[in-house]
Amino acid sequence: MAGFLDALLLQAGYNAALVAIGAALLGFAAGTAGTFLFLRKRALVSDAVAHATLPGVGLAFIVMVSLGGEGRSLAGLLLGSALSAFAGLWLVEWIARATRLSEDAAIGAVLSVFFGLGVVLLTVIQSLDRGRQAGLEDFLLGSTAGMLLQDALIIAGGGAAVVAVIWALRRPMTLVAFDPGYAAAIGIDTRRVDLAMMALVMAVTVIGLKLVGLILIVALLIIPAVTARFWTDRVERVLWTAGLLGAAAGYVGAALSASAPDMPTGPIIVLIAAGLFALSLLCAPRRGVLAAILARRRFQARVHRRQGLLALTRAEPIHDPVTLRILRREGLIRADGVATDKGRAQAAKIARDERRWDIAREVHQDTSLTGRYDGLTPIEEVFAPDEIADFDARLGPPQPVGG
Amino acid sequence: MGAEFVQFSLTPILIGTLAAIACALPGNFLILRRQALIGDAISHVVLPGIVVAFLLTGTVAALPMLLGAGAAALLAVVLIEAIRRVGRIEPGAAMGVVFTALFAGGVLLLEQSDTSRVHLDVEHALMGNLETLIWLRAGEGWASLADPVALAHLPPELPRMAVAAALIAALTVIFWRPLKLSTFDEGFARAIGLPVSAIGLGLVITAAVAAVAAFDAVGSIIVIAMFICPPAAARLMTNSLARQVWLSVGFATLSAVLGYVLAGYGPLWLGYANAVSAAGMIATVSGVILGVACLIGPHRRRVGVAAGA
Repeated sequence: MAGFLDALLLQAGYNAALVAIGAALLGFAAGTAGTFLFLRKRALVSDAVAHATLPGVGLAFIVMVSLGGEGRSLAGLLLGSALSAFAGLWLVEWIARATRLSEDAAIGAVLSVFFGLGVVLLTVIQSLDRGRQAGLEDFLLGSTAGMLLQDALIIAGGGAAVVAVIWALRRPMTLVAFDPGYAAAIGIDTRRVDLAMMALVMAVTVIGLKLVGLILIVALLIIPAVTARFWTDRVERVLWTAGLLGAAAGYVGAALSASAPDMPTGPIIVLIAAGLFALSLLCAPRRGVLAAILARRRFQARVHRRQGLLALTRAEPIHDPVTLRILRREGLIRADGVATDKGRAQAAKIARDERRWDIAREVHQDTSLTGRYDGLTPIEEVFAPDEIADFDARLGPPQPVGG
Repeated sequence: MGAEFVQFSLTPILIGTLAAIACALPGNFLILRRQALIGDAISHVVLPGIVVAFLLTGTVAALPMLLGAGAAALLAVVLIEAIRRVGRIEPGAAMGVVFTALFAGGVLLLEQSDTSRVHLDVEHALMGNLETLIWLRAGEGWASLADPVALAHLPPELPRMAVAAALIAALTVIFWRPLKLSTFDEGFARAIGLPVSAIGLGLVITAAVAAVAAFDAVGSIIVIAMFICPPAAARLMTNSLARQVWLSVGFATLSAVLGYVLAGYGPLWLGYANAVSAAGMIATVSGVILGVACLIGPHRRRVGVAAGA
């Protein structure tokens, strides 16, 4: 625990601090880039892009070794992975455009075939003399062990660059995400914007390879965006919330992973993001599960209250225990079931409003107004006071209600 | 093609072929229903399933693994559906959230628990161990096929995979008409009283059975590739569903056999000493087949799109 706190406060050594900051920047970049992907409903394209990096890593290693290099230079491996990720992305687009296969089939085909090819290359590398300690398997699930200062700088710098580009392009990308037709009509090149979006996703994937690994980087792109969507309906807020959530997951995950053995960085970061998602799914206002349950219960209570009051106006006995409990709690009836003065007044109002609605339906031909009658909406919300006064004039003087 | 082939190559090729066919059959319908990525999701969540099963039972016996993987697949499908409905999230994103989170959980559990005694790790889960499913007892070559003692020592994956493939083939034949109707015209199928949602769920469960059975022997790469590539290639070759399914079985078989042979013998022909990953090569071959179909398949275009468009 002390180790975790140290890591969280950047006190666990220079390298661990660098990794934590790099992970936070990567998380921020992934959350924001992923938001546009999610809004464009193309979340899983990133899965194909991520898996398509593997053959590039393998090929880059083979090329670097055959040129006499050491083969483990992160920049070289990332360049190779970017090239093959681009090839994978282009193939997904080409298959979906040029053939009648749908995009999801194209995604699945590209991700499995590129990954298969990558695995073949990995076994080739393992049989090379120089390849045994290559550690390329680390790119599958990410690893911070043995990360060099320059690796951490690549991650941090790349993450910052992605965030800067997203800041610059946020308006056209928002427009294209919500209404491609309109965006095209006002002169935005939607194809180019889409390409920019995918390039950003590719950049995040490549930068995240070392830290999170290619199987799980897609989680860092999707989960923060989906989580942020629970909290707000405004796109700018979704964007920055997703960035912050991703950064928090990256930072805390990297710290946890640095402070305990057997804690691989990628899965930890993803699980923290998933925990934040589960929390939001439960607790978010309006869209969350708890909010939905509460809203449903409030609605039930209103229906019971109204049914109870209607029964009071007609002096009918109430048997439903839920109705009785709600009326008692609000002091509308006494413990023995007899209406209190307050209850009688409320019942009289409901009875009067029912009569007003009847008149309203006779007077108004406009069903957009009278159609709003659902028994729960107060008539004052639908009609103006002078209209209600007019209904009252047609109703005649008040009459006593039973009970 | 003597005793050595029977000992070291026959059973892996057979297992790979059966696994490929078992996955390609439901894949045909998943592709047509635009649910291709369900296969991807299922094959990722198999990992946490087997890890939990291992932690509960302490063994790597087949039955608890299969049950654990099946339960995880079912849990994933339920979670995806729940998140999609409750959170009003588009299905792709819901899928992405669920399978990555479960996979991450599986990896973490695996790293935290002591699995050094048993053969259970992430790479095995991804790439399978097709090459190790050899039939050592077949010392007499092809004659061993008639030798009951040798037959008793077949790798257990072979009969298991055969049963799974036969089951899936039988289900495909039995439910052919309802599957076809509900895939192509859901409204009509509903109108004539078919339980459309039950058929959809049944298809996903069948896919999960195929994934779980195949995963054990060949790893997730082949599972995902075979769900998608052979049916997708077949879809570009024909407009008839029956022909598409037969073609996909053919492509799956071709990928498995050619992929295994290329992986096992290809490097030797080129003068290298070591074989490469068979699972990876099978996936690669299926991708090449799909690529060829995308370029020259007679029905590769959408209906109504001109050839030059």
